Amino acid sequence: MIPISWYLLLSAALFCLGVVGFLIKRNLITVFMSIELMLNGVNLSFVAFAHQWHLVKGQIFVFFVMVVAAAEAAVGLAIIIAVFRARSTLAVDRIDLMKL
Amino acid sequence: MNESLHLWLVPLLPFAGFLINGILGRRMPKALVTTVALLAPLASFAVVINAARAGATLPYIETFRHSWINAGTLHIDYSFVLDQLSLVMLLVVTGIGFLIHIYSAGYMAHDEGYARYFSYLNLFLFFMTVLVLAGNALLMFVGWEGVGLASYLLIGFWFQKPSAASAGMKAFVVNRIGDFGFLIGMFLLLGNFNSLSFNVIAAELAVKPAWTGGVLTAIALCLLVGATGKSAQLPLYVWLPDAMEGPTPVSALIHAATMVTAGVYMIARTHFLFDRSPFALLIVAIVGAATAIFAATVALVQTDIKRVLAYSTVSQLGYMFLGCGVAAYSAGIFHLMTHAFFKALLFLSAGSVIHGLGGEQDLRKMGGLRRHMPITFWTMTVSVFTIAGFPPLAAFFSKDAILYAAFLHGTSGKIFWFIGLVTALLTSFYMFRLWYLTFLGERRAGASSLEDHGAPVHARSGSKLVLEAEYPAHESPWSMLGPLVILAVLSIGGGWIGIERFAAYLAPSVGAASVEAGSAGLEWTLAGLAVAAALLGWFIAHRLYKSRPETPGHLAASMSGPYNLLLHKYWIDELYGAVIVKPILAISRFVLEWIIDVAILGGAAWLLGGIATLGGAILQRWQSGNLRSYAAWLTAGAAVLLLYVLWAYSPASLSAFFNHGAGH
Amino acid sequence: MHLILFIVFAGLCLAGAMNLLLQTHPINSALSLVVVMTSLAVLYLLLGAEFLAIAQIIVYAGAIMVLFTFVVMLLNAGREERTLGSRAGKMIGFPAVAVFLGVIATVILKAQNLGSVALSDPITSTEDLSRVLFHELLLPFEVTSVLILVAILGAVALARAGSGERRVSK
Repeated sequence: MIPISWYLLLSAALFCLGVVGFLIKRNLITVFMSIELMLNGVNLSFVAFAHQWHLVKGQIFVFFVMVVAAAEAAVGLAIIIAVFRARSTLAVDRIDLMKL
Repeated sequence: MNESLHLWLVPLLPFAGFLINGILGRRMPKALVTTVALLAPLASFAVVINAARAGATLPYIETFRHSWINAGTLHIDYSFVLDQLSLVMLLVVTGIGFLIHIYSAGYMAHDEGYARYFSYLNLFLFFMTVLVLAGNALLMFVGWEGVGLASYLLIGFWFQKPSAASAGMKAFVVNRIGDFGFLIGMFLLLGNFNSLSFNVIAAELAVKPAWTGGVLTAIALCLLVGATGKSAQLPLYVWLPDAMEGPTPVSALIHAATMVTAGVYMIARTHFLFDRSPFALLIVAIVGAATAIFAATVALVQTDIKRVLAYSTVSQLGYMFLGCGVAAYSAGIFHLMTHAFFKALLFLSAGSVIHGLGGEQDLRKMGGLRRHMPITFWTMTVSVFTIAGFPPLAAFFSKDAILYAAFLHGTSGKIFWFIGLVTALLTSFYMFRLWYLTFLGERRAGASSLEDHGAPVHARSGSKLVLEAEYPAHESPWSMLGPLVILAVLSIGGGWIGIERFAAYLAPSVGAASVEAGSAGLEWTLAGLAVAAALLGWFIAHRLYKSRPETPGHLAASMSGPYNLLLHKYWIDELYGAVIVKPILAISRFVLEWIIDVAILGGAAWLLGGIATLGGAILQRWQSGNLRSYAAWLTAGAAVLLLYVLWAYSPASLSAFFNHGAGH
Repeated sequence: MHLILFIVFAGLCLAGAMNLLLQTHPINSALSLVVVMTSLAVLYLLLGAEFLAIAQIIVYAGAIMVLFTFVVMLLNAGREERTLGSRAGKMIGFPAVAVFLGVIATVILKAQNLGSVALSDPITSTEDLSRVLFHELLLPFEVTSVLILVAILGAVALARAGSGERRVSK
């Protein structure tokens, strides 16, 4: 018998670790991976609540999140490839073409 | 009350004329403009005559249904009051106004601002009639300001001339100084009587016969300041001589017959206030007497024909103030009426002369015009003899009424009488001087600078411009001569009604003249002295200008100090300029340029620009292009939102949210 | 049993996540993320979501992470260097997020009436899930297919060599 709160805590921890990675990593791909980590953490939270309230819709939400994440990963990596072609670097600090 | 007199037509018809001529005048043929412009005063005059004949019980009050101001305890209406005083004034204003309109049709015939001129003239009539008919001080003030506006527009009628434009401004500004006094007087009236309606105030004073002096003196003095400005008395007379820049009919109508008499009218209208304050009356008399003799001395040596007449007007207005100051209001109004006749006649004759000479106004360049302009000569002669005070012409009766009342008014009265007598002597002298220099003697007209005085150059029509020494002066057309003749008749017979009957007629509106009983013998003696003074003045003028024409030159050279003082009008204009105008201009320039323009506006603009630039510089840091900084701000924003949600929804509601339970 | 499973796989999740952060080379981070994904799949199974567990492995670990790995190898990204401000970022980032986590944890722990999980809880069958998906939520389902189509097109358009240097040879 494991309290749901443990799952929720784990989910929160994963999410926060994803935020940390998003903030401090210097490689563009790694930053993107941290975003995926955030999404997964949230997925876990959804499934946990779906279990608590016996809602199937929670799991379906996770399903959609996965779909969107896949689409987003595809497009995002394409963008990263294009950026790499333009700047020949993946360091986040060097990609500052938007600077005023 | 009998049938309605439709008093509202009296101002409204000239106003309609103003609108029509003002808006459409330029596109209308001149005949139509003239018709509209002349119909308005004629129609107003007809309404006034009808009101006089209808025999309605006076005072007749006409109020309009919509009340004007209704604020708390303050209640002011549009109300017109017709009593004996305003009836007399209206007859003068509309009658002489109509005559001068006719004259203007001839005088201004060649001016391209013809329609504009008549629209302004009608506007003036509108405001003047409002002023006369007003039943409360506020409506009178509207008319007061309005005639000032019309005067400004008409003085500066030839606005391309800088001297005319600045003369208009001077008139308006000096009038405003007087109006300030009028305003303060109105505020005091409101504070003490809670009403501005003349009838209400008079009634309230009537039930308190012991209330004298104090606040009432203050009110009267404030109103006097206003009258001083409008009626060109000391010290606010300086605008009237400069106002001669306007066309001569304007000078006749506004600055001789009607507008400048508004001050006298106002004092007569509010006589119930002045009666309660002997001190204020004394001041009125002093102002009047001082102005009369002051202006007369300046007129002695002026070389411009219109300036002489302007100072003469100031002097005669002084007589009227003197009359009011000795509580002989009827005498003052009587002189107002006769003065309207003969002063308008003087100005219009002068205008005829100027017109005939193609714009010349300098007395030294005139002479011998008797042959060329006989009708003008005779009308001018009538008016000169009238103003000198010869019986049985009009001014003899009115001037004597004032001097007689002054003599009987205590010790100070005798001093006023003497000043008035000396002024009569001076008046006679300078008027005859003008007469001799203009019409008699040898022709002195040289090559006149035709454009100088702005009068329309009559010679241009048809004939060629003649600029050699002997300029053929010619008589004026009948549109100008007709009113001259009518006014001459009025000047001759205008005084025959006599002061006793006149005062009796006016008594319900200005109060019975409380004159100490004098004897008929005294009256005849004083009248005789006045006539003697007039004769003496004529004799001196004859000696100086007819029999020995070189004498004035010698006198001027030998008494060059006093002569220059008089010629330069006691340097009053220069004094005002240095003491009042220059400092105000300097302060105003300083405030406007340095404080408002540079500091406030410039500072505000600089501040706004600075804020924008600074804000931009700060916000620019955000657009760093640095992905991680964007990420950091994103996260921070999300955290803030989360915290807000957690804080706004307390843990109690959060747990309720969690207890969703089974379902779905 | 349940507890042991939970602890093991939750620990794997956390370890993988931490490793993702601590590794400097992106390929190591990618592989750690794969570990996280798979552990999460097991956790989904413990929570009774069998379809999702499989979907997690197939889609996330099997497709998305493979894609990531491909890109890392394609671009041949090297180790991360120290740059200006990275130290400062770590100094600020860790504590801030720790606070964030603390707040969320507080809310979670304070919440009442949260249930618990047991191995004997009913599993949500794929049939139930698909019934809801294809009856009530058919429209979003179709919309997501359009979304995927758009994403494909977008990815192809973006990753083409045309925008950068033009290659003459076809």
